[in-house]
Amino acid sequence: MLDGYKSLTIKSNTEISTNIFEIKLEMDLEKEIKPGQFFMIRGWETNDPFLPRPISVADVEENTLTFLYEVRGRGTHIVSKLCKGDTLDILGPLGNGFSLKGAGKKAIVSGGIGIAPMVYLLKNLEGEIDFYAGFRSEVYWMDKVKEHSNFVFISTEDGSVCHKGFCIDEFDPTKYDEVLTCGPIPMMKRVIELCKGIVPVQVSMESKMACGIGACLGCTIETRDGMKRVCKEGPIFKGSEVIFNG
Amino acid sequence: MANAKVNICGIDFKNPVITASGTFGFGREYADYFDLSRLGGISSKGLTLNKKDGNKGIRLHETPSGLLNSIGLQNPGVDAFIEEELPFMKEQNTVILANVGGGSLEEYLKMIEKLNYTDIDMIELNISCPNVKSGGMAFGIRCVDAERVVKEVKTICKKPLIVKLSPNAENIGDMAESCVESGADALSLVNTFSGMAIDIYGRKPVFDNTIAGLSGPCIKPIALRMVYEVSKRVDVPIIGMGGIMDYKDAIEFIMAGADLIQIGSGNFINPTISLDIIDGIEDFMEKQGIRDLSEIKGIIGRENLC
Repeated sequence: MLDGYKSLTIKSNTEISTNIFEIKLEMDLEKEIKPGQFFMIRGWETNDPFLPRPISVADVEENTLTFLYEVRGRGTHIVSKLCKGDTLDILGPLGNGFSLKGAGKKAIVSGGIGIAPMVYLLKNLEGEIDFYAGFRSEVYWMDKVKEHSNFVFISTEDGSVCHKGFCIDEFDPTKYDEVLTCGPIPMMKRVIELCKGIVPVQVSMESKMACGIGACLGCTIETRDGMKRVCKEGPIFKGSEVIFNG
Repeated sequence: MANAKVNICGIDFKNPVITASGTFGFGREYADYFDLSRLGGISSKGLTLNKKDGNKGIRLHETPSGLLNSIGLQNPGVDAFIEEELPFMKEQNTVILANVGGGSLEEYLKMIEKLNYTDIDMIELNISCPNVKSGGMAFGIRCVDAERVVKEVKTICKKPLIVKLSPNAENIGDMAESCVESGADALSLVNTFSGMAIDIYGRKPVFDNTIAGLSGPCIKPIALRMVYEVSKRVDVPIIGMGGIMDYKDAIEFIMAGADLIQIGSGNFINPTISLDIIDGIEDFMEKQGIRDLSEIKGIIGRENLC
């Protein structure tokens, strides 16, 4: 049997960049958590907001579970107001996680808050890894990325830090044996196009979720093998199987 | 310990808590979190004759204390259900309802014929799914349309027949009476309310189908009123649902006239919510000195009938 929702105590909840928060939770149970997996989280006891929020695992250290999240709506806003000593209800880990089996040289491509699952991935991925991180304006979490990467390429859309433009502007897929990506849909779509026929891609998909465990079919996406649940068969998919709508 | 057992249509339920169609799949995902034999029953994901992929685009949109959904009856089809899902469900030692949707009378009848020869316990006839053109809601708005389908289905159905009503019916009391006169052995209500949401920046509806189905605690007071009204109009067992989140909500539905209740969106908030509700009902009975739920079933408004 899997655990249902558990209340974990918050160790810290810090705004590390505008609207970007890093929350650390005390986790005494040793659970196996794979990079790319997520938890459903809930930081309020009322029926409003109604649904828990899916948030991917940003890091797992001894007794500490870390999430990196962007304040987007009422749920994440409430969570951002929680303080040290408060509790957060979590369900998970959920989903499949990245495959760590690939050999050779790898590239990680992230856009904005899509960087959230990537540090924990970096820590668990073997071999030489180049990291391409794109941001709109403010850059965050780069110290941790630099620690574990062979090469780091940073871009901002407004040029306020490093390269002005997109992180894939200087991304050459022929240099890699595997590419792993998470970020806005247009960016992931472009990465998959660039890599098509050259190098396999693992892509972390996002979708609105209700149950988070595969029952409601609300987060389903279209793939070349039919409809798949982001929460159960995903959130990590092969780049070649995902069909982007619109 | 108080006894929360209920019998309707000759079928014994361990307790009045059934998980609602479309919120519980075929039980597999929840079986990872708790022993499904604790449940009074499980209503299957809405079935159609053939496999359905469901709707494209956004399928969920949160609302204040609720949720709009536009899943579109994604399901493996009735044959795959019978072969691959029903055996698992029957192993769970709880009452199994097959929720049957259909785009035409013919589709409903073909499905009933197939299910007649399975060991499904009851049929829940879905004339109330708002999310597909052929989801059955067309039959759930006007009494004449419902009568036609319920009568025909009843003629061939070998299982106890529950008709699941739409709150979008022209008049819920009249609809309930029509279905019972046409042969429904029991009624379940309510399915989701037709609703919508607009993406103001994109200047378009959030959902590809524009209209979606609203559920959750925001609909509870209306659902409760509908169960109350229906229970005063018909004499068959009633399964009440609509935003039940705890045992207090469940007891309200029972007092309004429901024999059994279903838990829908609440499953999304907590996969083991049904267990909390079952425990809560039994504890309430114990503390209130209630030996059988029939003592409180429909007590609201009963005096008006005498």
